[in-house]
This record gives sequence, structure tokens and C-alpha cells, in this order.
Amino acid sequence: MGSIRLENVSKHFGEHAVIPSIDLEINDGEFVVFVGPSGCGKSTLLRLIAGLEDVTGGRILIDGDDATAKPPAKRGLAMVFQSYALYPHMSVRSNIGFPLKMANLDKAEIDRKVNDAAAILNLTDYLERKPRALSGGQRQRVAIGRAIVRSPECFLFDEPLSNLDAALRVNMRLEISELHQQLGATSIYVTHDQVEAMTMADKIVVLRAGNIEQVGSPLELYRSPANLFVAGFIGSPKMNFIDGKAAEEFGAHTIGIRPEHVALSTESGKWMGKVAVSEHLGSDTFLHVDVPELGHITTRTDGEFPVRHGDTVFISPDPERLYRFNADGLAA
Amino acid sequence: MATTHTHSAARLMMAPSVILLLLWMIVPLSMTVYFSFLRYNLLMPGTESFAGFMNYRFFLTDPAFFQAIGNTLILVGGVLFATVAGGIALALLLNQPMFGQGIVRILVIAPFFVMPTVSALVWKNMLMNPVNGLFASLARFLGFQPIDFLSSIPLTSISLIVAWQWLPFATLILLTALQSLSEEQNEAAEMDGANAWNRLIYIILPHMARAITVVVLIETIFLLSVFAEILVTTNGGPGTESTNLTYLVYMQALLQFDVGGASAGGIIAVILANIVAIFLVRMIGKNLED
Ligand SMILES: Nc1ncnc2c1ncn2[C@@H]1O[C@H](COP(=O)(O)OP(=O)(O)O)[C@@H](O)[C@H]1O
Ligand SMILES: [Mg+2]
Repeated sequence: MGSIRLENVSKHFGEHAVIPSIDLEINDGEFVVFVGPSGCGKSTLLRLIAGLEDVTGGRILIDGDDATAKPPAKRGLAMVFQSYALYPHMSVRSNIGFPLKMANLDKAEIDRKVNDAAAILNLTDYLERKPRALSGGQRQRVAIGRAIVRSPECFLFDEPLSNLDAALRVNMRLEISELHQQLGATSIYVTHDQVEAMTMADKIVVLRAGNIEQVGSPLELYRSPANLFVAGFIGSPKMNFIDGKAAEEFGAHTIGIRPEHVALSTESGKWMGKVAVSEHLGSDTFLHVDVPELGHITTRTDGEFPVRHGDTVFISPDPERLYRFNADGLAA
Repeated sequence: MATTHTHSAARLMMAPSVILLLLWMIVPLSMTVYFSFLRYNLLMPGTESFAGFMNYRFFLTDPAFFQAIGNTLILVGGVLFATVAGGIALALLLNQPMFGQGIVRILVIAPFFVMPTVSALVWKNMLMNPVNGLFASLARFLGFQPIDFLSSIPLTSISLIVAWQWLPFATLILLTALQSLSEEQNEAAEMDGANAWNRLIYIILPHMARAITVVVLIETIFLLSVFAEILVTTNGGPGTESTNLTYLVYMQALLQFDVGGASAGGIIAVILANIVAIFLVRMIGKNLED
């Protein structure tokens, strides 16, 4: 069991209210991603759940029990740190086995569990090495290994992939998702990268300045963002926002159009613009189009759309998939 | 790319300092070796003659010599133990966030700046004196018989004084090492269920191993030649109970005016120091690698 519930949780550092007040429900077995720009309080929230920081107010319930005052080790959680925080003087085996040793398990039991974890994570050949003799991805795996040996109720990840290069990041993303399917434990994953959030999450929690902007599944957030912030944050490339006359035409203060929800043509359409940059990725083409009056609009089309810098194109938004926002930035 | 030409140029440029250093070391050393083979007493000038190994034989068969070796090792070992253990404790304490941290840290370093003679005199006259000393008053206040530290437990007392002087050095180095421990590692250990004691044993001490090695090596070098503290407190006594090798050489040369014997003692001290150094580097020097 690994359900977690935050009731009215707040955190102040001195005068500075990093988290004014948060209510959140995390169900057993869910993969929840906290996403938001840097400095919005994601790590702080995770550390509150872990017990590494004390809450200023509110309660944290784990499996229905009040865990607000429990020390970190007693909460049944395991954390993977951004810097991995491996113990440099210990071998990989001792690193992974450390939590078990602290739990006073006997040697044979520790060895068995460490070997199991190492097999799952492809670390069997590296068990006797020191962390400094491993690559970034392997260190990451050791950190995960140290978390899984204890069979915790819930895993906490704080930007675990941010120190890896792009290709490795995609790999590890898949591996973490697979591991989650395999183990079935609740996971809370912090990232500032919306792609990670979209690809991994069962449930995304979008944070801004310590407040929850929206909670929902990746597709819910993609289909019906609650406000301008979420609309701009989820989806890549970013949604285009247009206000003024063109928006009033659709009965809104601001309209949002995703790059993939427009029809492009070289002959006719609603808005005419000039191609500023075209990025051909093979499968897709991203066109950055300058439209007079509206400004810069990013669009996405199929890989072989034949235009270049300076060409004229016509853009027509899909009226079904147009987002309307009122003057307060809320979805209308 | 270093070419042969730049290599030899570099050698040429370095030569003066290398030669100077060599002379600096070699000249006194060879003079000492030379004197150690002479019958050379300052009370009978002009009668120097070759003595073979006689000086060495006398020095090595002197009962005071073995006691001096023992005393030297006890002094070095005791002070090392006290300063490393105390230094770790103080460093852990000073690393806690507290009010007036900066001031407290400076205060802790202060004893290191007091000259050995001065601090030894302060300890002798103000703290350990059996009549006027602070410890004696304290003992009387608690209803005990005051101890005459310097005559009943001379070596322990001297070790105490020297440890007090070297504690700041150990604390400073160990504190620096402690501050470089990443907070995340500590937190990871905490999440892994390690209590404060286990964190000390499995995380903090291994992290400080290198700094502890440095403290042990540097202190050993200086502690092998403790002198001022003995001179101003016990004069090596009672008897030779608190005489270390350095002090024995001094007695030989300047109290018995026997330059030959003192030189032989000096050479023996150098050899012993090297043996200790080799042992130390073998035992703990590997901590410094990588
Ligand atoms: N120990 C601390 N003391 C004071 N301010 C802190 C502390 N930890 C974090 N903060 C502040 O809290 C805010 C949120 O930090 P953090 O949770 O690390 O953001 P994120 O992980 O989303 O990038 C930041 O403005 C940061 O400066
Ligand atoms: Mg963070």
C-alpha cells in the first residue's frame, strides 16, 4: 500500500512562503509527476513528503496514518537524488546493500536482495566497482538499486535524469517506466521537463510558485488545460497564444492554437505569413511563420512540406481544437 | 610538447635552487655525522680525536635511551589519539549551525597561535601548580587531595599540554573536510535508515579518512621533536621519566658538553624518525592516493 495525502501542507523558509498551501491525493500504485519551472517548489514538496524538511503547517498522511512527525526512515519511502548521492568509498554492492544493512538483515539475505536488484538493473558485472568507476547512467542505476532493495511503499525521484545526456535520458525514462510497471509501487517523480512528465505520468501535477495549477492525466492536461500557464507548459512545441482583434473574432480574450492543430497551405487560408525558419526533422517539419498583426506562429506539418525561408504560407486554425481563455487567463 | 631542449633548459633553471636545498640539508647532516665519530667534549677543547663507534655505543647502551624512545612514542601516540578523537568531536560540534559560529571557530583556533613555551608555562604555573593552580583549587573544592601533576604524572601532563596545542590544528583540518561532505549524501543515508551513529561510522568518518591521514602525518613530524614544553615544565624529570629523544640529545650536548655523544644521538633520532615515517606511510599513506 502506498497512498499519500497532503492536507493543507505549507512550507515557509523564514518569511518566504515557498509553498503557501497544497492539498493533493496520490493513489496507491500511481506514477505521479510534479512538473513546473525551476524554483517553483517541486523539490521542496518532495522533500516534505520524504521528511527531509519539516512542514510549516498541514498534515501528510501515508496509507491513512499521520506521518507528519515521522523521521524519513520510518515513512517507508525511498528517494533517488538528482546528484545520485552514492557513497563514494563503498562498492556498488555495499551501496545497494546499505539500507538493508541499516535494517539489520543478515548477510545472506542482503546478498540475495542485492543480486536480485542488480539483475533487474543490469549491474551484475559492476557490483565490486566503486561509483567513481561507473558511467553516469550506471550511477543512476545504482541509485535506483539502492531505492528498490528496500521494497518501499513509494519511490521519490528528484530530477533523476537531468545529469544524463539526451540519448541516455530517453533510455532511462523507458527503464524507469518499465520498472514502475514491474514493481507496481507508487512513484512520485519531479522534473521541469514536460516531455518526461507527458511520457511517464499517470497523473501530472503542474506547479507554479508553490501552487498547484492543475492535476490530471497527460491527455487531460493536453486536451483541456485549465489556464494559460498549463496550456503553455504542456505540449511541445509550445502552444501559440494570440490576443487582440483576432481573438475577439472567436469570442475570447486570448486564443491558443497548438502547432499541430493548424492546416497549412501554400495557396489559401485564413492567415497569410512568411516563413522565418523551417526545421525539417524528417518525420515532421516545424515552420516558424511571421504573420503580420498576429506575430510569430509556430506550426507543425508533415515531413515533406515544400517551403523554405521567405516563402509565403497560409495558416488556418482547426476551430474544433482552438483554446479560448478569458481576461484572467482561465479557460473559457 | 616538451622537447629535449626545453627539458635541459628547465633542468638548468632549477639547478640553483636544487643545489642550494641540497647544501642546506647535506652540510649540517654530514657535520653531525662527522662529529658523531669524534671524541669531542666542550670542556676539553682542542683534544678532539677519532672515536669510532664509541659515541653510538654509549648512547645506545644508556638506560635513559630506551626510556626516551618509549617516552617519545607514548607522547606521539597519546597526543595523536587525543587530537584526532577530540578534533573529530569538535569538528562535528562546530559544523552544527549555531549562534556566533564565526567567533567560536576563531576562538577554537586560538591555542595554535600561542608559543609552546608560553602555553607550557601557563599550564605549569596557572593550571597544574599543586598549590596555586586552578586544578588544585578545583580538587580542594571537591574535597580531593590536589595532584602534583608535573612530578607525579609528568609524561601525561606534558601530553595534555601538547594535545591542547595541537587540537586546534586537527579540528581545523577535520572541520574543512566535514564541510565538504555533500548534504545529499547525509540525507540519502538518513532515508536509508542510518541513525546518527551509523552515519558517523559509515559516511562521515570514511569521508574524513584522507584529512585524518594528513593530520596524523603532519602532527607526527612535529611531535617527534617536542622540546620546549619539556624544557620549561619538567626538565625531563623526575629522573628521566619525561625525557624524550630530542631532550636526551639536548642533555648530552649542553648539560654534559658532549658534542660527539649528542651528534650520535641526533643521528639515531633521525634514523628512528625515518623508521616511524616509513611505517606511517605504509600504514595510512595509501589513503592519500587517488
Ligand atoms: N533551505 C532553503 N532555504 C531557503 N530557501 C529555500 C531552501 N530550499 C529551497 N528554497 C527556495 O524555495 C524555492 C523552491 O525551491 P525548490 O523546491 O528547490 O525548487 P524546484 O525544485 O522546483 O526548482 C526557491 O525559491 C528556493 O530558493
Ligand atoms: Mg529541484
